[in-house]
Amino acid sequence: MGLAVNKSMDSRDSDKIGAERMQPAVDSCFHCGLPVPEELDLAVLIDEVNQPMCCYGCQAVAEAIVASGHENFYRVRTEVSPTALDLLPGFLRDSEIYDVPEIQSQFIRTPDGDLREASLMLEGITCAACIWLNEQYIAGLPGVEQVRVNYATQRALVRWDDTRIRLSEILQAIQKIGYRALPYNPDQQQEMHRRQRSQQQRRLAVAGLFGMQVMMLSISLYAGAWSGMEYNFQQLFRWLNLALTSPVLFYSATPFFKSAWRDLRQHRAGMDVPVSLALGIAFASSAVATISGHGEVYFDSVVMFVFFLSASRYFESMARQRCAATVEQLVQSMPLITTRLSAVGGAEEMVPAATLAIGDRVLIRPGETVPADGEIIEGFSAFDESMLNGESIPLEKQPGDRLLGGSINVTNPLQMEVRAVGADTVMAEIQRTIERAQADKPPLARLADRVAAYFIGIVLLIVVAVAVFWLMYDYQRWFEIALAVLIVSCPCALSLATPTAISATLGKMQTLGMLVKHGVALEKLNQITHVVFDKTGTLTQGKPVLKQVLCDAEFEREHCLQLAARLEQYSEHPLAKALRSAADAVGSEGVSQVSSTAGGGMRASIDGEVYLIGNAEFITSQTAAEIPVSWLEQIAGDTVTSVILASNDTVMAMFTFVDEVREDAGAVVETLQRMGKTVLLMTGDHSAAARQVAELTGIEDYRAQMSPQQKMAAVQELQAANASVLMVGDGVNDAPVLSSANVSIAVGSASALAKTSADIVLLANQLSAVAQVFTIARHTQRVIKQNMIWALLYNFGAIPAAAMGLIAPWLAAIGMSISSLLVVLNALRLTR
Amino acid sequence: MEIIYLLIPVSIVLLGLIVWIFLWAVRDGQYEDLEGPAHRILMDEDRVVDRQKNSRRGGAG
Repeated sequence: MGLAVNKSMDSRDSDKIGAERMQPAVDSCFHCGLPVPEELDLAVLIDEVNQPMCCYGCQAVAEAIVASGHENFYRVRTEVSPTALDLLPGFLRDSEIYDVPEIQSQFIRTPDGDLREASLMLEGITCAACIWLNEQYIAGLPGVEQVRVNYATQRALVRWDDTRIRLSEILQAIQKIGYRALPYNPDQQQEMHRRQRSQQQRRLAVAGLFGMQVMMLSISLYAGAWSGMEYNFQQLFRWLNLALTSPVLFYSATPFFKSAWRDLRQHRAGMDVPVSLALGIAFASSAVATISGHGEVYFDSVVMFVFFLSASRYFESMARQRCAATVEQLVQSMPLITTRLSAVGGAEEMVPAATLAIGDRVLIRPGETVPADGEIIEGFSAFDESMLNGESIPLEKQPGDRLLGGSINVTNPLQMEVRAVGADTVMAEIQRTIERAQADKPPLARLADRVAAYFIGIVLLIVVAVAVFWLMYDYQRWFEIALAVLIVSCPCALSLATPTAISATLGKMQTLGMLVKHGVALEKLNQITHVVFDKTGTLTQGKPVLKQVLCDAEFEREHCLQLAARLEQYSEHPLAKALRSAADAVGSEGVSQVSSTAGGGMRASIDGEVYLIGNAEFITSQTAAEIPVSWLEQIAGDTVTSVILASNDTVMAMFTFVDEVREDAGAVVETLQRMGKTVLLMTGDHSAAARQVAELTGIEDYRAQMSPQQKMAAVQELQAANASVLMVGDGVNDAPVLSSANVSIAVGSASALAKTSADIVLLANQLSAVAQVFTIARHTQRVIKQNMIWALLYNFGAIPAAAMGLIAPWLAAIGMSISSLLVVLNALRLTR
Repeated sequence: MEIIYLLIPVSIVLLGLIVWIFLWAVRDGQYEDLEGPAHRILMDEDRVVDRQKNSRRGGAG
């Protein structure tokens, strides 16, 4: 029986196999599906066909895959791969940190001699073929003894011979085929989950297997009661049933008894109280009947009850653990490595966060997480501490203020002196709180539980009343009827109605690459009337490329580019990244007093002179410089994004960028509009770029040149007019807007910050998921309603019938189990 | 009907054996990753990888 249960879970995803093979369009990159730039002519020979590549990164990745003999990957994958990462040099340097023994001790196990074992978190997995590729490729590396990737958690367990290969080499090899792997420390909670899971499976197996045997003997007993049976055989079968039911009751059913006892001690009436009462009474009376040789036995009811209830509980906790694992992935955001500034000279140095000592100075860039508790010594910035205190608005901090490890730097780079490390940090305390919170239930489920608690109190009263009534009316039937009422009225289905539906949905969404951080978001999604999109990285690919440099005659193009890249070196903004990748080498020497204005630009002093870079408004408001009219004319009709580089009084250069609109953006907007939602576009970019994107995607209402504050105000204005707003965004600038919307979704490779403030994170980097989320939320709500109605109908219908003596205890057990099972199965429909 | 005194112990021995096998499978971690094997079997066609070193025990993660 246990096997059949697990099979049904298996088949949930097996339809993926039949899905169409992924073949990108002809003129797009064979590896990642992005359009191939016209001037670029890159190709890789895959399956004897020259396939186009969009960039050197993808080319290198595809070549590595082909060279290692894993071309089959391209044949079986069902999704395009992520675009190759362009951070190779930085990653090479960082990954070597993981070879340092002190750091390895955090996450490594040494099973035997030179063998090392570590769990790796894989990023960039889009479909089953990716996992296959990783497994085959890592297993093929010399020195790797064993590798196993878990499909559900996307984590790899790798065992290698430390004398033949180093961990950093394994990480770099994974990087070579286009994925990112980081070691992580499987914490106690996960170990606890694993143990809990295997215990539940064992209990279920015992209940199922012994139950089958008991049912077999019970059928003989029923048949015997019908057609006559020798007393000897009847007694033998009853004794056997007693023996076979005992392990089910005393092993499989212990969680129910324990939880009922806990409830009683806390003076609460939980669902397990009537369950335990029914089980205990039914078993005890059956045992007495068996020993004394006369009376009814209910062993079949007991085993069936235990098995079906354990099965529904098992499914519920499996779904919950799956969600906990995804949430935990976000919680594990404390950085493993950090940038320490040496005491003399202040040179930057990458060190493991765990080796930080009190008094160390560290550099924290925008978008980075604070590695320990400390105090600001240089720089101003805002910090998002929502992970620590739930406060969603970033707090402004200045030198002397206290920083909490785990909070995220929002605006400017700054230096911090470490004050507390390890278990003394606030984060360590919070971590313990989060572990408790993960056991938390969504509000609707809590309501159902509260209703169930009253319900149970009433049920127990009814049972007593029914028993007293029948005791006086028909002395012989009172026990049987009271037992039937007790079994039939257990509000299990009611308590399972909401949590199973939400768990099933969360599990389904996880397999689709959507992480839901608050179950409440699913409920709120159904009321959404307005959908607000951000532009950069949401409707567009979010990877602008430098198109043109307009330079003042006085300055050289290369010089301007260098200055711009140095100014932007600490910024996580997409334009900054584009500038950095356009300039070949960027030195950090001589840059100081860096400050940034969100939605504006950056200001810093380089080699003693102050430079600014940002949008036109920022430059004109901050400097006396004037932007040449000819430049503005040149871009006026164009739909490019631009930034301007200026010194204190002269405009030096203007950089223009292009950013492609996502292929599925138009379709998503259309779908949403068909659903009756008002779709808006709000962006910090200038109106020409916004207009172009709005026209391409069919959005009528677009607002350009908005600062994060203005976006937030606009969202609040909509809310004041009774609108319920969904914000879809990406990037650092969106954080306040995301948190002020009713529901927020972060798309794709969202920065660490957006990940922590959005309700839902789309990992698949496909915009079409936004429309899908709505459909899923609607289905979920429908299933919850169906479940609730069914559970209430069942309970209110069955109790009077049982009280009138129309339902035998064994029938009641079947009815009760089936009603719970129907609720669970109905919820499981959501996983298809 | 005396045969029943043989058949029932046999069925109970069988039951014990099945329970033991199932408990061993749970302890061995065979239920940790239920999706993987389904995909794995379809993709392992033409590559010769030392399955022996890969087939022992699933990942704990």
